[in-house]
Amino acid sequence: MTTTVRRAAYRTFMFIVALALVVVIWETYKALGPADGGKLFGARVLPRTSSYAMPHVWDMFSRFNRPEVRGSDRTVFSAVLAGAWFSFRLSAAGFVLGGVLGTGLAVLMARFRWVQRGVLPYLVVSQTIPLIALAPLVVSWGGKLEVGPFVWPRWLSASVLGAFLAFFPIAVGTLRGLAAASASSVELMQSYAASWTKTLFKLRFPTAVPYMVPAFRLGASASVIGVVVAEISTGLKGGIGRLIIEYAREATGDPAKVYTAIFGAAALGLTMAGVVIVVDAFVMRNRPKESIS
Amino acid sequence: MTAVSIRKVSKAFNVGKSNQVDALHEVSLDVKPGEFVSLIGPSGCGKSTLLRLVANLLEPTAGEVMVNGKSAVTARLDQDYGMAFQQAGLFDWRTVRKNIELPLELKGWDKGDRQTRAEEMLQLVQLPEFADHYPWQLSGGMQQRIAIARALAAHPPLLLMDEPFGALDEMTREYMQGELLRICAATGTTVVFVTHSIPEAVYLSNRVVVMSPRPGRITKIVDVSLGGERTEETRNRTAFFEAITTVREGLRGMHAAHVGLGNDNR
Ligand SMILES: Nc1ncnc2c1ncn2[C@@H]1O[C@H](COP(=O)(O)OP(=O)(O)OP(=O)(O)O)[C@@H](O)[C@H]1O
Ligand SMILES: [Mg+2]
Repeated sequence: MTTTVRRAAYRTFMFIVALALVVVIWETYKALGPADGGKLFGARVLPRTSSYAMPHVWDMFSRFNRPEVRGSDRTVFSAVLAGAWFSFRLSAAGFVLGGVLGTGLAVLMARFRWVQRGVLPYLVVSQTIPLIALAPLVVSWGGKLEVGPFVWPRWLSASVLGAFLAFFPIAVGTLRGLAAASASSVELMQSYAASWTKTLFKLRFPTAVPYMVPAFRLGASASVIGVVVAEISTGLKGGIGRLIIEYAREATGDPAKVYTAIFGAAALGLTMAGVVIVVDAFVMRNRPKESIS
Repeated sequence: MTAVSIRKVSKAFNVGKSNQVDALHEVSLDVKPGEFVSLIGPSGCGKSTLLRLVANLLEPTAGEVMVNGKSAVTARLDQDYGMAFQQAGLFDWRTVRKNIELPLELKGWDKGDRQTRAEEMLQLVQLPEFADHYPWQLSGGMQQRIAIARALAAHPPLLLMDEPFGALDEMTREYMQGELLRICAATGTTVVFVTHSIPEAVYLSNRVVVMSPRPGRITKIVDVSLGGERTEETRNRTAFFEAITTVREGLRGMHAAHVGLGNDNR
């Protein structure tokens, strides 16, 4: 247990060091880089160092404390927090949806070889479709969907796109995990005359857990990306994606502002990953420590 | 009634293909209830295959396997046997107690009964204080004892073991042999035991079945009567060494025949 704690402390420390390094590089370049940026064959390859293009890191952070718009009593911080919370809920919904879908598909593929052979290639292809192209489609399909009292809410499109990105790593990782049970343990279950379902729950899923944990971690960050991109490309109000475009429009007058929204998006991703890491630590607490990670 | 009855059983893999392997050819063997029978022979002679046929993890190509007077399938569905492999194969995510309870869970026993039985089994393999440990916190020998406890948890009349002590050091191995005899005597379990070790086969068995490869078949059956209870002292008896010699000759004779065969082919 102490080694786990020490390792976590070490990781946190390295994370902070890496973050500090980024800040140092940013500020050093800003101080020393060419004011007009660098050009190669007429194309700009290095950014300009003016405060419009590269505001100071401390300006970005102090921006959090000031009002969102002049005269408003709402700070940027509370606006970003509200946006991040909104997007977090959408991402969580997308993650859950993607998790259920991914796991379900993995089980079907593990159970029936023909499903695996028929479906897996399409799953791989599905991930090459640009999300930007898919987002308006999902919105318009969703808009047409009306089952009884159920009316497709706009936010659901964003969650669906989050799920679309999340389900893939989850399906693939879980499938790999379900197939990872050793031949002898499968024979053992057979010798107990255990049904396929019993074998699934008593052997295959527990064996798959070390494979599912990193898959779900990937899925969690993927769902955040899906939701934020969907918010941006469909213009959904209320989330951090929308804030990023709104603040970006003000970049000429208020260059630090857009970075607050970007930090908000980063914090959102980290929070999502953090939730999964906590769950991970819980489900893996009684496993041998040298197992795959 | 015989515990295991194997009638002219043949098993071929990849039938009809260029890589067809005749793993077993017309093997017949009867095992009496309470008997301890070892299978010994060079690698690839079909020992594991024979054991898997008895366990109904494989279907014979020809012939018939009966366990407890039932077909092998029925016996498996009734869980008439327990099985142990070279690797203990315990589930990492279950405590020792839960590992032992696994076959009982699958039989649908209720919680109280499972706990009582697991407690008994832990006493039997003399590891009660490790009930709540995880398998990876145990030594290889302890894990193997838990695997035996798991195999015996449902009190099956038959125990099938494939080189269960193969991965253990000599000291642990001899200790485990003693334990296994004690446990089987206490429960009256019939055992079919695959091993590569001649002294192990002789020490444990009422009969040692010597097998030879290509195609796998039984070449000799050695009756081992060491008189009375088997203890560590048994290992020093003349009868013990004589039986070892007989088994070794059985294996050697086959080896000589084999070399001869190789020469003929050339
Ligand atoms: N699933 C399989 N497919 C094809 N051939 C197989 C299969 N299982 C076993 N064989 C072949 O059958 C023969 C007997 O194998 P088996 O595992 O029974 O030998 P064994 O006596 O247990 O050997 P060892 O002492 O090395 O464990 C071997 O030639 C092996 O290659
Ligand atoms: Mg074998």
